[in-house]
Amino acid sequence: MELYITELSKYFITLFIALYTLECFLVFRFSDEERRSGCYMRQNLLMFLVHFSCFLVICFETGKVEYLLFYILQQILLFATIVLFRMIYPKGNRLIINNMCMLLSIGFVILSRLSFEKAVKQFFIVTISVITGMIIPYFIHKLKFLKSLTWIYAAVGAAALGIVLILGSTTYGSKISYSIAGVTFQPSEFVKIIFVFFLASALYESHDFLRVVLTTILAGIYVLILVASRDLGSALIFFIVYVMMVFIATGNWLYLLMGCAGGSGAAVLAYQFFTHVQIRVQAWRDPFSCIDDAGYQITQSLFAIGSGGWFGLGLFRGTPDSIPFVEADFVFSAVAEELGIAFAMCVILICISCFIMFMNISIRLQDKFYQLIAFGLGVTYIFQVFLTIGGGTKFIPMTGVTLPLISYGGSSVLTTLVMFFIIEGLYIIRQEEGARRVKKKRRQRTEYEDPQPEED
Amino acid sequence: MSKRNEDREQNMKTRSRKRIKRNILAVTYLFVAMFLGMMVYTCHYAMTHKQELINNSYNGRQEIFTAQNTRGSIYASGGQVLAETQIGEDGGETRVYPYANLFAHAVGYASNGKYGIEALGNYYLINSNAKLSDKVANDMAGEKYPGDNVFTTLDVDLQEVAYQSLGIYKGAVIVTEPSTGRILAMVSKPDFDPNEIDAIWDDLLEDEESTVLLNRATQGLYPPGSTFKMVTALEYIRENPDSYSQYRYQCGGRFTLGENTINCYHGTAHGSVDFARSFAKSCNSSFANIGMKLDRAKFGETLKSLLFNEKLPVDFAYSKSRLIIDADTADADIIQASIGQGTTQITPLHLNMITCAIANNGVLMKPYLMDCVKNYEGSVIKQFSPDTYRKLMSEEEAAALNGLMQEVVKSGTGTKLSGMPYTAAGKTGSAEYNNVKTDSHAWFTGFAPAEDPEICVTIIIEGAGSGGDYAVPIAKRIFNEYFDQ
Repeated sequence: MELYITELSKYFITLFIALYTLECFLVFRFSDEERRSGCYMRQNLLMFLVHFSCFLVICFETGKVEYLLFYILQQILLFATIVLFRMIYPKGNRLIINNMCMLLSIGFVILSRLSFEKAVKQFFIVTISVITGMIIPYFIHKLKFLKSLTWIYAAVGAAALGIVLILGSTTYGSKISYSIAGVTFQPSEFVKIIFVFFLASALYESHDFLRVVLTTILAGIYVLILVASRDLGSALIFFIVYVMMVFIATGNWLYLLMGCAGGSGAAVLAYQFFTHVQIRVQAWRDPFSCIDDAGYQITQSLFAIGSGGWFGLGLFRGTPDSIPFVEADFVFSAVAEELGIAFAMCVILICISCFIMFMNISIRLQDKFYQLIAFGLGVTYIFQVFLTIGGGTKFIPMTGVTLPLISYGGSSVLTTLVMFFIIEGLYIIRQEEGARRVKKKRRQRTEYEDPQPEED
Repeated sequence: MSKRNEDREQNMKTRSRKRIKRNILAVTYLFVAMFLGMMVYTCHYAMTHKQELINNSYNGRQEIFTAQNTRGSIYASGGQVLAETQIGEDGGETRVYPYANLFAHAVGYASNGKYGIEALGNYYLINSNAKLSDKVANDMAGEKYPGDNVFTTLDVDLQEVAYQSLGIYKGAVIVTEPSTGRILAMVSKPDFDPNEIDAIWDDLLEDEESTVLLNRATQGLYPPGSTFKMVTALEYIRENPDSYSQYRYQCGGRFTLGENTINCYHGTAHGSVDFARSFAKSCNSSFANIGMKLDRAKFGETLKSLLFNEKLPVDFAYSKSRLIIDADTADADIIQASIGQGTTQITPLHLNMITCAIANNGVLMKPYLMDCVKNYEGSVIKQFSPDTYRKLMSEEEAAALNGLMQEVVKSGTGTKLSGMPYTAAGKTGSAEYNNVKTDSHAWFTGFAPAEDPEICVTIIIEGAGSGGDYAVPIAKRIFNEYFDQ
């Protein structure tokens, strides 16, 4: 009986997530939320089925009641998030919220499997983050002075990173966190958002050469502090976000080219001068040659990915815990091992679906400040996903960043949730812009008696 | 006036908005493309490296499989059990090898690291493709699932003949099917009893001189001696396709070049010889003479194409053969190399592969040991089929060499194989391996029937003497066994 459930559930779980993923993209067929609501309803159902089947297997495999209780709490949280959001923000975007909840529930499943204790901790952080996050769209949409805080953003962000560099505790060679009253923070996570706000407010009005230079200097300081803290993953994310945002703000391909050239040059220099960079590159090119030390983590990750097959070994049937730091840096490999490569590919596609929606919102926003923010946050998000999954699959060298919403890590999940809610706020702004424009056009049309109907 | 300005401004704004839109779209496509690349890469990597990853000794997942499934059995092509796991009354598992020493290196062992087919087929042996309902039944009974079984290409009768023929000598025998690459027998001596591997392991490791665990057939490196004349002859034919049959040489039992002298075996003077005669009689002096006529750069390329110093297309453990010849190779080295002496080293497996290519019209098939994998009920899980590696030589070259090798059996050093119901073809070798000229390894590599080769054998007997006297009779016994069947 038990075996039937665990074996058959593999195929059902894969089927459910595949259908969910399909809906993620079918949504884009329609341009307004109302006509999308069929997709959303199906997504909610499929989400529930994936989450439920996974926990069914977990309960059968462990035979422990606490997993059942934990599941019920999660279900309440996810259900409440979806319903409350819809009630508070009827104009909000439901794809983002659905994907957010789907990714969160995958995170809960895999963390429960890896470490019950950590999963519970994560659950509390998520609960608090979601409750606070709910008010963010309102503030984004009301607080107009957010545009004018350029130098405050710059100072706060740099200060937060600087403090870690000086006072932070060193974990495994990187200085990335500090503790206040027993709670450990990883400021580079929050600073990602501040950094995007800084770039957007610095560049939305004017983007003459002087301003770009000034912005570059400040961005350079951020990146250098991170390099000095040996947080290479974050440094890379900040750098890419900076290059991309300058490119979009100025529309100048030259800046993009210069940024890429400068980045490549810096990478070569870093490789020449820092042994820890050389070790990472070596561990990427041939991890099996240094399997005892530098290549250990990545080879264990590859073992996990290689053993799952399309449908996975089944929850609690593999040994993803053999990968060091699996719940933070290599959660994707754990998913691939136990839930299967097909499931893992769906996770990637869901992340891409979020990204496409972010970009879609950015393109439609009329206000350039908000447009840049939506774009910047989208790039931050997707590039981080790329770094962590690419690192774990040996596609690119490993940088040690988390998989947003799925990995264990309070700072990471809080930051990502805030990002998602900010984008919801931007979506609402866009909806209102749209409504205003339609109204304005109607008025113009009646004034000038324009016979040509204009398209929006 | 102001209206026009306003319009212009409006126009510029729209244009800049359009540009931003276009650029954001470009960035979106860029990231989506990066992700698609990563997804394809990941799926491809996971699917193509699955076995390699699971077989890695750092991968603890092997233990999950072994805890869950009973290790499958290994069978000979005739259905005989070569290795199986027996479960005692206390539930303890013992790996049993019914033929003991006979298949020691070919089948290998599964504890203290893995070797042979136990290593090659490990992934299949530890997996179970039993039906779900059977798995449930096993769960109920508290038993492990039956692992999948590996069916090999090995033939018990041929293996037995090869094994017995080697007697107390050290050496190796490998028997293959040239048209498919199937390995029918593979013997290496000295050997061991894999049933006793745990007991003898420490002693074997302690004795640093011991090479008992080494599979000489695939990993033993030997000077090829006169068997290498196949390669020298191939190069000469390649460089002189129309005129090689006009070659003549007057052999006085030795070839002298400055301070270097090449002697014929036992100093025999072969008199006036042509190309075929030189080959059949294995005339060292004549081949040293041929070697001097070769274009060394081209010879180097031929060696490379014949897989000297290269990886061999097999998935089990082997050693790379060594011999480098290029435009700068000295005369003294080239005359040694031409007769397979000097620094040249080759494995019996590699020599067998070259012989197979000659037998198979120049085409080398990848040698393989596993025929198929079946689950415990006999349903085929995976079928391994013959796989072409590459054409090593033209059909004309292969036919010419085939003719030369038939002449060896008819009137040369391999006459012990003549007068049989089948026509055999081959080349003998007596490879000197130290300065005392009397010590030599006996080689034979060849195939039968010469017109349409079915099997190919390669034999080396360490320190036995001449190939014609010691290795050829073994080939004869193997051919007889094969054709009597």
